[in-house]
Amino acid sequence: MADLFTPWVSLPEYVRATVWILIVTVALILSVAFTTLWERKVLGWIQLRKGPNRVGSFFGLFPGIFQPFADVIKLLLKEVVVPSASSKGLYRIAPAITLISAFAAWAVMPLDPNLVIADIDAGLLYLLSLTSVGVYGVILAGWATNSKYAFLGAMRSAAQVVAYEIAMGFALVGVVMAAGTLNLGDIVRAQEGGMGNWFFTWLFPLFLVYVIAGVAETNRAPFDVAEGESEIVAGFHVEYSGIAFALFFLAEYANMILISALTAVFFLGGWLSPFDGVLVADHPLAASGFHWLFLKLFFFLTCFIWYRATFPRYRYDQIMRLGWKVLIPVTLVWILVEVLLVWFGVGPWRK
Amino acid sequence: MALSSIAKTFLLTELLAGMSLTARTLFRKKVTINYPEEKTPQSPRFRGLHALRRYANGEERCIACKLCEAVCPALAITIESDVAADGTRRTTRYDIDLFKCIYCGFCEEACPVDAIVETRIHEYHMENRGENIMTKDKLLAVGDRHAALIDADKAADARYR
Repeated sequence: MADLFTPWVSLPEYVRATVWILIVTVALILSVAFTTLWERKVLGWIQLRKGPNRVGSFFGLFPGIFQPFADVIKLLLKEVVVPSASSKGLYRIAPAITLISAFAAWAVMPLDPNLVIADIDAGLLYLLSLTSVGVYGVILAGWATNSKYAFLGAMRSAAQVVAYEIAMGFALVGVVMAAGTLNLGDIVRAQEGGMGNWFFTWLFPLFLVYVIAGVAETNRAPFDVAEGESEIVAGFHVEYSGIAFALFFLAEYANMILISALTAVFFLGGWLSPFDGVLVADHPLAASGFHWLFLKLFFFLTCFIWYRATFPRYRYDQIMRLGWKVLIPVTLVWILVEVLLVWFGVGPWRK
Repeated sequence: MALSSIAKTFLLTELLAGMSLTARTLFRKKVTINYPEEKTPQSPRFRGLHALRRYANGEERCIACKLCEAVCPALAITIESDVAADGTRRTTRYDIDLFKCIYCGFCEEACPVDAIVETRIHEYHMENRGENIMTKDKLLAVGDRHAALIDADKAADARYR
């Protein structure tokens, strides 16, 4: 191992960062691919079906494991039809904007105690701004298509994301107050010392608000009015076909994974082990590492699919009411409660 | 708003109840049939592709009475008849348009000699224009090829007719 590590450590910093970017990006694209399969499988199981089980298998195990690749090849081979009345440049750039912002956010994600591509102090601000940029892809797609359905979908999406970004931002204000830092790695470190110190315990209302706002932010069911196939066909991506559509699809799932990972980082102690402080210190289960982040991420990702299988779509005015009149007041009240807790030195953040 | 209903709203009890329901169905037995390998059971009365039958001595059953043509609600059957060499009345043309046919089984019920039947064959297709017309030769060929199957099905259903 030492022989392997010596040339690696001797490489300049920018080379190592580039290698990590490549590794994370490829891993992310593969995760997105298999998330689509996992979603179809879980939805199938909940509807008493078996889900896709035709394309490939490992020695009889995991039937359908290569379904995502079949889907990708199909979409790559299809024609990208550009509507003649559309604004061509914006039409082409819109899917890229959503996808790039969904992927770029991973730069500040603390994957492991020692591994984060860009360990910057304003990590949370970077994340918030990138998720906001992602909305521009949706709006531009709806606008540039020059179709009334796409336009309606984009407008709905814009209003919804603006509303829920505020609730999300306030929920994160609570996290920042508790952690005392905007650096995601330090936010995780602030939750060290057992499950009782994870922020979801003391900030439980904010945790719920963040999860709900996260679902709304990614335009997933039950908040998927931007797509609303029953009334506006497919919403903002109605005129996108082939690989241009696939980019939107990819971005949606990448955003789901991102929000799941962020929920784990902000409220469930990221890479920290839930057995820390319960088991003896050198027990392998108590060791923190990427696998814990992965498990938490996977749980929330499955929850996204679970919500979709369970809840009917919200009506548009109900979405607005929930965002502005329920979630934002809840966060404000709990931030006040948190202020009092910090002031009187109750809770894990008494420093 | 009563305190209990506020608590109900903010503790998301309704949502959790719904999610527990879907979580339980997640582990229930799946009803999927892996189609080409597994098939659902079929009734002997299954109404699929049509066939014309023969008697055991090879003689055509059909006597060109045109009752099937008359009863067909979709007007899918076209029959022309003439007197054959042995003096019997026989069809010279017996066409069923499979695109018009609604597989109601009335032709089978109307037939006094059990000549036209609908078999349990449902896995067939057309590749060219015109193949949707089942001519007399094709119908007889289907009947000859699956004679044993058709006879068994008719025998199974006989006591209900």
